[in-house]
Amino acid sequence: MKRYTIFVITENFIGILNRITIIFTRRGINIDALTASESRIPGIHRITIEVTANEDTVIQLVNQIEKIIDVIKAFYHEDEGVVYQEIALYKIPVSRLDAGLEKIIRQHNAKIIAAEPEFVVLELTGHKEQTQELLEILKGYGLSEFARSGRVAVAKRMLTIESFIK
Amino acid sequence: MKDMMIRGADIVVRSLIAEQAEVIFGYPGGAIMPVYDALYDYHDQVKHVLTRHEQGAIHAAQGYARVSGKVGVCIATSGPGATNLITGLADAQIDSTPLVCITGQVAAHLLGTDAFQETDVVGISMPATKWNIQVRRVEDIAPAIAKGFFIARSGRPGPVLIDITKNAQTDFGEFNYVPCLGFRSFKTYVAVEKTKIQQAAELINKAERPYLLFGQGVVLGKAEAELKFFLEKTGIPAASTLLGSGALPQDHPNYVGKLGMHGNYAPNMLTNQCDVLIAVGMRFDDRVTGDLKRYAKQAKVIHLELDPAEVNKNVKVEVAVMGDCRESLSLLNEAVEGKKHDSWMGRFRELEQQEKAEVVQHDITPTKMGLTMGEVIHQVNQYKADDAVLVTDVGQHQMIAWRYFNYKRPRTQVTSGGLGTMGFALPAALGAQLHDYSRQVICVVGDGGIQMTIQELGTIMQTKAPVKIVLLNNNYLGMVRQWQQMFFDKRYSFTELDNPDFVKIAEAYNIKSQKVSDRVDLKEAIEDMFIHDGPFFLEVVVEKEDNVFPMIATGCSVEEVRLS
Repeated sequence: MKRYTIFVITENFIGILNRITIIFTRRGINIDALTASESRIPGIHRITIEVTANEDTVIQLVNQIEKIIDVIKAFYHEDEGVVYQEIALYKIPVSRLDAGLEKIIRQHNAKIIAAEPEFVVLELTGHKEQTQELLEILKGYGLSEFARSGRVAVAKRMLTIESFIK
Repeated sequence: MKDMMIRGADIVVRSLIAEQAEVIFGYPGGAIMPVYDALYDYHDQVKHVLTRHEQGAIHAAQGYARVSGKVGVCIATSGPGATNLITGLADAQIDSTPLVCITGQVAAHLLGTDAFQETDVVGISMPATKWNIQVRRVEDIAPAIAKGFFIARSGRPGPVLIDITKNAQTDFGEFNYVPCLGFRSFKTYVAVEKTKIQQAAELINKAERPYLLFGQGVVLGKAEAELKFFLEKTGIPAASTLLGSGALPQDHPNYVGKLGMHGNYAPNMLTNQCDVLIAVGMRFDDRVTGDLKRYAKQAKVIHLELDPAEVNKNVKVEVAVMGDCRESLSLLNEAVEGKKHDSWMGRFRELEQQEKAEVVQHDITPTKMGLTMGEVIHQVNQYKADDAVLVTDVGQHQMIAWRYFNYKRPRTQVTSGGLGTMGFALPAALGAQLHDYSRQVICVVGDGGIQMTIQELGTIMQTKAPVKIVLLNNNYLGMVRQWQQMFFDKRYSFTELDNPDFVKIAEAYNIKSQKVSDRVDLKEAIEDMFIHDGPFFLEVVVEKEDNVFPMIATGCSVEEVRLS
């Protein structure tokens, strides 16, 4: 079992996400994370799916996804083949802000992006290992809320959406 | 070619006519009433058949599609009408049958309010369709139908569902039908790569014991002639899957029989002795392969396949020739050397003799008292036409009919293969018959399956479709009983049936009928059935506890095929 990133380039039709996710559901495979957004070409969306599985399974998944009528292209990469980031937000009570926490924020390259009378929100962008490490530390600082996005990724391979739709 | 504004419902019907739909199977209801109102105006241009249940409508559309090669069309209302199509959609999806199903839906402003007969049929049918869409605006109707027909019939065929809200049916719009010829996200299939042909030909030319398996892809790709030429040039023995039957005439010298759980002895056994295995338009279903870990491990596998998702799915292949098998076979035909494989072919014939002695003889010329299913099919063969269509349900009778029916032409085999849908046969036979009233359509069905859709006798009565129904009655859910006998210590849990008087039921529907319990009456009854001008219902009481052999039990290897 390994971590793979599946990229799906698709028409923006109602229900397309459902069509994709039922392929995983049917095979009893859990989606670790999923993000969807419009691509740089209007009307074409890109969906990034992170999954832990063996490669044979991932190939089957990609073949089945690509078979969906409204999907333009689906492909996958191992972690080495992609550049990716995740964003994490951490909510900490103001009362816990001290010199020690400030040092931690600096060391991890995190940012304070909101300061309210009761709490501050820290942001860290990076790989899951990095955001997880900060999470573990902040648990000792009264962390009251945590949210992490799915993976946003681009493939290292040079391929353009235009090459799939010509 | 712009017309004046017409109702959305008229656009639906005129779009179907533009796609050359000849017969529509359906059932009316609230949310589809505008379309039914429109059908009233176009009854001289398109025939509508009122079935007795929406499941009957979709299975009939499947039967029609299978024999005609055209897209089957059915219509149902929202809610229960739509959900009653699901079994047929799943069946058509797994057996690659082209369908366009139109369902009515509540008006757009009521969507999501739990309105009367509202159901999320697009959501429910998503995993059971090749494509589906909800249309909420009148201007989207014709493009959706055009796209639906294109998707249903192109590439690997499959079912499409188009859900149309009632407001879209009653609103007025312009009708300007533009057929769909393709769009950017849908690749129907790829062109055959020449290098793959070379690699395949090299393996075939060097092979000492090559063996070819063909499936329904040959029929869907209209590659029957190319397959025949290939086999005759290379001298390679060939076996068919359940749905591939008919692609090659059974009396062809290269034909060695049928594959799978209840296929023939030699084709299963020798799968594990060939050195090159050529699979054409088939998908290595588990009922064909048995235990994959012990399936053709010694062989180099060549797969001629249209659908990229089928390659390396179950069996890892040496050479995948992607694309239309008609194109790839004709290219291969130029690249392969003329050969004979007489001694290898002889191995098949030897094992065939063994099967004849140990199984076939008992099945078709039994010595015991009770009638066997095999002898009934054997008698049917004596009277049937070469292009007669065999429609079967699911179970023992299906396997026996498949084993003994004499297939001579393509598109003569209509059965529920992948899904195994009991209740399929009667409506599917009706649909097959409505494609061509003059063609013989023989519906072989069991006493369990017929009772799942027996109401369609009403549709047969109303359409006067001259279907020849052969009910093989053993008062059991026979296949399940066979498994209970073999694998569950004869614990016959809920498989015995107290049946009605089927002949009386057929008579109530005004269908000429007869019941046979004695061997002496069988021949004449079958002769009468074929001579009769119109539908005929023949009930044959067969041996209660007969089993279907050969058999590869679940989890066993193809070479563990049992003769008893």
